[in-house]
Amino acid sequence: MMEQGRMSENKYHTHIEAKTRLLSVDLKELWRYRDLILLFTRRSFVVTYKQTILGPAWIILNPFITSVIYTIVFGGIAGISTNGVPQLLFYMGSNAVWTYFATCFNRTATTFTANAGVFGKVYFPRLTMPISTVLSAAINFAIQLLMFGFFFIYYLAIGEVHPNWFAIPLLFLAVFQLGCLGLGCGVIVSSLTTKYRDLAIVVSFGIQLWMYASPVVYPMSQLEDPLFLHILHVNPVSASMETFRYVLLGTGEISLGWWVLTLVITAALLFFGVILFNKVEKTFMDTV
Amino acid sequence: MSNDIAIKICGLKKMYRLGQIGGGTLTGDLQSWWARIHGREDPNSIIGSDQRSNGTTFMALNGIDLEIRKGEALGIIGRNGAGKSTLLKILSRVTAPTEGYLDIYGRITSMLEVGTGFHGEMTGRENVYMNGAILGMSRAEIDAKMEEIIAFSEVREFIDTPVKRYSSGMYVKLAFSVAAHLDSEIMIMDEVLAVGDIAFQQKCLNKMSSAAKNDGKTVLYVSHNMNTIRQLCSRCIVLDKGKIIFDGEVEDAIALYMNNSAYENPVRDYDGIKRPGWLHSDMLRLSRAEYPGRDSCIFRRGEKVRIAFTWHTNEDVENVGLRFEIQNTDGTPIAAAFSYECYSGKKGQTAAAVFTYDVSGLAPGTYHTIYTFFRRNNFGAGVDLDCMEGMDIIIDDSENKLNWRANVWGHFILPAPEVEFQ
Repeated sequence: MMEQGRMSENKYHTHIEAKTRLLSVDLKELWRYRDLILLFTRRSFVVTYKQTILGPAWIILNPFITSVIYTIVFGGIAGISTNGVPQLLFYMGSNAVWTYFATCFNRTATTFTANAGVFGKVYFPRLTMPISTVLSAAINFAIQLLMFGFFFIYYLAIGEVHPNWFAIPLLFLAVFQLGCLGLGCGVIVSSLTTKYRDLAIVVSFGIQLWMYASPVVYPMSQLEDPLFLHILHVNPVSASMETFRYVLLGTGEISLGWWVLTLVITAALLFFGVILFNKVEKTFMDTV
Repeated sequence: MSNDIAIKICGLKKMYRLGQIGGGTLTGDLQSWWARIHGREDPNSIIGSDQRSNGTTFMALNGIDLEIRKGEALGIIGRNGAGKSTLLKILSRVTAPTEGYLDIYGRITSMLEVGTGFHGEMTGRENVYMNGAILGMSRAEIDAKMEEIIAFSEVREFIDTPVKRYSSGMYVKLAFSVAAHLDSEIMIMDEVLAVGDIAFQQKCLNKMSSAAKNDGKTVLYVSHNMNTIRQLCSRCIVLDKGKIIFDGEVEDAIALYMNNSAYENPVRDYDGIKRPGWLHSDMLRLSRAEYPGRDSCIFRRGEKVRIAFTWHTNEDVENVGLRFEIQNTDGTPIAAAFSYECYSGKKGQTAAAVFTYDVSGLAPGTYHTIYTFFRRNNFGAGVDLDCMEGMDIIIDDSENKLNWRANVWGHFILPAPEVEFQ
């Protein structure tokens, strides 16, 4: 009896000190709160589409309309080449991938300021919030892929796309990398906005600018200027975007070196972001 | 022995910066910094604020040492700004201390607010899952407790309705039920019981005290409602200016908090003291009250309380009476004694008299008193002429073996019954 009592005591012993180590990210605790992550993810869906007539249909309707507009503006009016890929399919894919990343970034960037009310009253690992945001963005992405697949099968049947089937596993890497990147950038911004609200404004239009600095509405192959090419290679969104096209649409170029660079940048941003987040979450209530 | 400890706090300090924390913006911070190095006035300081206090600090908690044992129900009282909420925030890990450390043995449920994480669009049931998970329960745990939670909350018919349609009472009942059914070892509550109807408040208090007494849970409770503190807590601390100024019996803590001192002066002068605004007449004014021949306000139980009053009249008065009211330390009336039509006097007179009160029924403890001179008007209703807060009465019963538990037995002791065996 005594032994057991002592064991359960150790299990829930918490030591709180003024000074914290820089690397004290408690992943075990995060795992214990996995149910909460799932509930937050679920909540973001349930709440968004309650009291709407079309409900979850909006997940598809919204990007579909955007893709059509892109096709008209960038494909039709501006006449940007898509390397022979059907324009609607090209923009639908680009838009889905970009929306996924932008949602991850945008929503995690307001973690602290948007949830100050809850964070100020009760403790739970704060990282559950941004992680669930990324999860729900990933689910949204999956739903958009279903729509993409619908058109994809049609164009496949009439022989207008030639996917590289063998490279399918790379898609998962791309999805994972973009999620981590969005999370990393988002938590950095959310940590800094606890003190400087300016960033919140910068981010919302910064993401729009970022889109044009990424191969979203144009393929990489359209660039000839070496300076632009360098910028796009360092931009950690480009590799995943091009990979997506390479795998499903059969165009675009990717290389091992480029992917290594992208992964290193992503890992560095995520690592730095989580450390910063972990440091800020202890006392952000005093400055938010 | 160390196994009994639920929370151990050592040298805990929390510092807040006074004035603006940054300008809120990067440019604001740069402006302030630029002004500082050039010796100019900070353009971001609050107008009218004292410059010297800018950049200085404020200790919300200034060295707290505390050990709380398992199964204890600890009350925390103190004025606004004494540091109660800061202490609870650090304990519930919402913010981190500036100095010192604390060890917590067990899971903590903090109820600094009820219904944290409730979302109006979700149904009661969905919110129970959400709220439970935020408080640290797993899905399986919530499933197991769901029936109990719904039953306790008294909102069964509405459980599948979005909570935005709930009345505020229903909302709070549901939220409290979730928190009360957690399997945590330590519960922290910040006046959450101030909501809901009386019956539900009582139910919550009973639930909390049984959790402490029977299940060995540790309860930390902050409130300004002394009756709930009395009912729930077995020990009480008083915080003042970030320090613990008292730690011990609940009644003593409440007496201290209510600004009582056992060594209060047994004499009080009322000349020149402002009267409450509702007194319309200044016909008669109390000028002095005294416990004659005493050096404190402490009386032994059974002793009679003698008070020597001096008063003067500004107009002719007839048939003035004196009402002597006894109150609990938090202002709840306990008893009163009347002296009807005991004085008539001419304008400009000064009178003195000693009144003797038999307070042998009063339970040990500290009491406030109120002296009121009154007379009856032409319609027979009482009209107060002068009303002042009196000297305290502290009934000491240290000779008696049994500690009087005022929270359970009340403040009045009836004479021991006559017993006839047959």
